[in-house]
Amino acid sequence: MTAPLVEHHVLEYPGGYTRSIGPALSRYLGGLRDGKIVGVRLTDGRVMVPPTEYDPITAATIDDYVEVGPAGTVTAWTWVSDPRPGKHHLDHPFAFALVRPDGADTAMVHVVDAPQDAISVGMRVRPRWKAERVGYVTDLEAWVPLADGAAADPAPANRGEGANDEPVTGITTPIRLEYDINAGTAAGKYLLGLAEGKILGARAEDSDQVYVPPRGSDPTTGSPTTIEVEVADTGTVTTFCIVNVPGLSEAAPEIPYVCAQILLDGGNTPWFGLIQGLPADDVRMGLRVHAIWADELKADASNIKWFEPTGEPDAPYDDYKAYA
Amino acid sequence: MSPLRDVAVIGFAQETAVEDRDRNEVEFVIPVVREAIERSGMQRRDIGFTISGSCDYLAGGPFTFVMGLDGVGAWPPVKESHVEMDGAWALYEAWVAIQTGDVDSAVIYGFGKASLGDLHEVWTLQTDPYTVATLWPSMVDMAALQADSYLTASGRTDRDLAEVAARSLRRAQGNPHAVASADVTVDELLARPVTHRPLRDSDVAPITDGAAAIVIAADDVARKHCERPAWIRGIEHRVDPQHLGLRDLATAPSAALAAEKAGVNDGAIDVAEIHAQFSHEELILRDALGIADGVDVNPSGGALTSNPMMAAGMVRIGEVANRIIDGRAGRGVAHAAQGPCLQQNLVCVLEGAR
Repeated sequence: MTAPLVEHHVLEYPGGYTRSIGPALSRYLGGLRDGKIVGVRLTDGRVMVPPTEYDPITAATIDDYVEVGPAGTVTAWTWVSDPRPGKHHLDHPFAFALVRPDGADTAMVHVVDAPQDAISVGMRVRPRWKAERVGYVTDLEAWVPLADGAAADPAPANRGEGANDEPVTGITTPIRLEYDINAGTAAGKYLLGLAEGKILGARAEDSDQVYVPPRGSDPTTGSPTTIEVEVADTGTVTTFCIVNVPGLSEAAPEIPYVCAQILLDGGNTPWFGLIQGLPADDVRMGLRVHAIWADELKADASNIKWFEPTGEPDAPYDDYKAYA
Repeated sequence: MSPLRDVAVIGFAQETAVEDRDRNEVEFVIPVVREAIERSGMQRRDIGFTISGSCDYLAGGPFTFVMGLDGVGAWPPVKESHVEMDGAWALYEAWVAIQTGDVDSAVIYGFGKASLGDLHEVWTLQTDPYTVATLWPSMVDMAALQADSYLTASGRTDRDLAEVAARSLRRAQGNPHAVASADVTVDELLARPVTHRPLRDSDVAPITDGAAAIVIAADDVARKHCERPAWIRGIEHRVDPQHLGLRDLATAPSAALAAEKAGVNDGAIDVAEIHAQFSHEELILRDALGIADGVDVNPSGGALTSNPMMAAGMVRIGEVANRIIDGRAGRGVAHAAQGPCLQQNLVCVLEGAR
């Protein structure tokens, strides 16, 4: 058995995901920028932080914003010994904690920056503010220990460019996840076949339908496609499209170009390919074509560059009408 | 909710693996759907409804659930649906579809390959995207905050957590689908390092790839195909607010309410399968569901020993159903959870006798 085909895959919005934040979070994040912690009074009188514009219990509209803190109390915590670069904003071990600011009735998820042995449930903490604040959750950089009975100092003046009276209306949040995607047994065999210049399909024992590429099962019945079938690299155009819009990728052909569904000889699922070697206007249903392979074969879809006419007479419509 | 029509589980299958680099998601779905249908005694073409539960974030692509349909046999075109939830919630939708009289049977499947990405980081993205996800607490960090809240409120200690973990690992030795199992003592676990205070690695469910499938059927259809169907006596799901600090994390109010509405305490319970991905969750959920001492809890080893993402909740239903179908249990409770810190909970009461 050959090694499984695994591809590294990054899911990321370049520049971050832009979110509008609404009136309540505008108060909250604007408050953090200004060195204040803002909560909201719920219908039952409790003060919740961070605030929402609706009561999470009753769904009533609420807008009685209340400044809380700045000191607070840790109600639960856990230790992060290996901060993740690009994710966590602190570069050294810290605690995630639930912190209840004074004057609030609920706790907020945030971080405590202190030695592990200094943290406990019930400990008093105060905010450590960033010097330059922009209206983001990490403007309150971390909660840090506060001596019992001591009062928290007010936030230092904001030295950032965001220091103004304009409301905060949105945030940009970087999101990045990484994956190692594997092709799967059936698709893996198919891709490794391409690397040898072969197009491998498969069919189930209870059917004569050959699926290319194979997915491991006959999608009509769910039966496993256990029988491997090599199909030809020649076939018939069942339908096509003349593209007059330039492609975004550098690999996109010059317009106009033709993409087509091609029923490979020996297969039962039309497959997508480009048609070249004749003027776009001359491409037609029933055209017989053969694959033009890349000079260097790899286990991926780049192996077949495009299809060109074989010069054979067109296939009669009856031969491919079930696929058109 | 109490049923208008009697509906029963009549077939169940599951498949699990650790970091499977050969099979893709569809290749997990194919065998379990076939096996569940085979066990049900029904023919694929006679099953009225097809529904799945999965999560695109696990594969890192949009609409990845659609390819799961390749594995279930969808021709002639089937009546089909999908939930971006554990398959237990897909089963709930199927149960509702049968209640309406629209269909008499359904095949439900849940699948996920948790090992493709960083699972604990993936689940960060289901939190508030403004004030919580921006700090990147992992799924385990948030669970640890709940564990700390629970231990503080209950006065229990990490020994109580280790007792849950040790029992789960020992019970898993009898479960061929468990990916973690060990003949281990509480003291041996307590000697291991605390990795996510107050949790140890043994308190955290293993990363598991897998799939599960269940066939349910109504009334006479179930009776015709199954000698002793596992009748769904009540099924309910509820949700708590997402604001983690607003909830009392030492409790699971939505689980308690779902249990009450599903009728957990309307009769004695022989077996309970609880979807606890962390040791403390089992303790919180035992309280919330009202599981009495002496009930056999998680005889399979539970999610702490096998946690196929998006299927582990429906596996709880299948594990209880299997014990009823084969006569080992008379009445049982299955529970499924989703969301950070047990935010969403589904409870299903199953019974053998009419």
